[in-house]
Amino acid sequence: MMSGVRVLVGTRKGAFVLTSDERRADWHVDGPHFPGWEMYHLKGSPADPNRLYASQSSGWFGQLIQRSDDGGATWNPVDNRFVYDGAIGTHQTFDGTPKPWNFTRVWHLEPSLTDPDTVYAGVEDAALFRSTDGGENWHELPGLRRHGSGAQWQPGAGGMCLHTIVLDPAEPRRIFVAISAAGAFRTDDGGSTWRAINRGLVSDGIPDPDAEVGHCVHRIAMHPTAPNVLFMQKHWDVMRSDDAGDSWHEISGNLPTDFGFAIDVHAHEPETVYVVPIKSDSEHFPLGGKLQVYRSRSGGNEWEALTNGLPQKDCYVNVLRDAMAVDSLETCGIYFGTTGGQVYASPDAGETWSPIVRDLPAVLSVEVQTLW
Amino acid sequence: MIRVALPAHLRALARVSSEVKLDVDGPATQRSVLDALEARFPMLRGTIRDQQTQVRRPYVRFFACARDLSHDIPDAPLPAAIASGAEPLLVVGAMAGG
Repeated sequence: MMSGVRVLVGTRKGAFVLTSDERRADWHVDGPHFPGWEMYHLKGSPADPNRLYASQSSGWFGQLIQRSDDGGATWNPVDNRFVYDGAIGTHQTFDGTPKPWNFTRVWHLEPSLTDPDTVYAGVEDAALFRSTDGGENWHELPGLRRHGSGAQWQPGAGGMCLHTIVLDPAEPRRIFVAISAAGAFRTDDGGSTWRAINRGLVSDGIPDPDAEVGHCVHRIAMHPTAPNVLFMQKHWDVMRSDDAGDSWHEISGNLPTDFGFAIDVHAHEPETVYVVPIKSDSEHFPLGGKLQVYRSRSGGNEWEALTNGLPQKDCYVNVLRDAMAVDSLETCGIYFGTTGGQVYASPDAGETWSPIVRDLPAVLSVEVQTLW
Repeated sequence: MIRVALPAHLRALARVSSEVKLDVDGPATQRSVLDALEARFPMLRGTIRDQQTQVRRPYVRFFACARDLSHDIPDAPLPAAIASGAEPLLVVGAMAGG
């Protein structure tokens, strides 16, 4: 069978499935699925590429979870009851008053690395849920929210969302999550107990710049063969940990700006990292109207701009945290989507880029499945 | 027989192309009609009212017989024309958002 890729795109107004053979030159565009709905995230099971999960929501009708068992051709809604476990508790609000946790939506779905029926959901207000029956029932892993700092967590501008879930292929009981604007957390016991892993993060603008929580982590990426090495795009600063998050150091180096959302790692080179620098937290678009992916081949600090095929003037789109992904074909493909509705692909690890589609609704998430 | 007209997004979700017709046990109220609707179309649970609190979602309204019933209590009897099936209960998504 010929190999290929399937790109799952969540947008502000529906989902799209983009497919190509291994040359990644000619694309078939399927969609919109769930037209008119906000599709925060779609992701396939690493254990069964036909099993996909999708987060479907709207301000009118709330949250649904959809599941496909045929690679995205057909979908069926599964359970959408996300009920916090036990006493609800409170977190901080912008005005400093305590507010009870209140479910809004699912930001991120992370299927198990080994079991197609097990999937994790990161939700707003921040909590981690798990289903072990293909989405038919969801249960909170409440140890995270009951972590001693929970009452001090505050929302970021996008809401108090758990947006990043990273599963450790070497240690099945280890999970990393990130919450805006609380920070990063790790469990080593399958989700029962959690600890904040924010040492070394420094965030100007919070009263204690190196507090245990209160950091606006935007995304964390890991290479599966080096699971103790984590790369983080924080609100400001690109960070690296070599000890599974126990400590972090900055690797922004020569980046023109170290604000951004997306970060990912090359499929075959654990020290090759990609980011999309964004001008600032008050101007969510590329610096100087030039859309540039930056790549470091040395695990950080030394970065090069990748621009071939990307607009180098008058470009004022954003690239959101879940809107970048890599395939694992022999020459690693890199993909990212923009709030302007383009999905760009590079079949050669970032050397050259071209748009797969140009005019989708604002892209919220991009995930890639490599099909063999 | 009670007739319920759903907004387009919920018709798509429930995979129906037109009005839904429901048999409702006991008096026709918002609660009994929504209970029957959700029993027949489980995928609509949580889309019209909160699954835990049963409170109507903020951007969903209930209209019938040229009246806005959205603020009626859930156990209030629906108008006779709804109970008899002469008029549909309209579930409406608010004109808001982008």
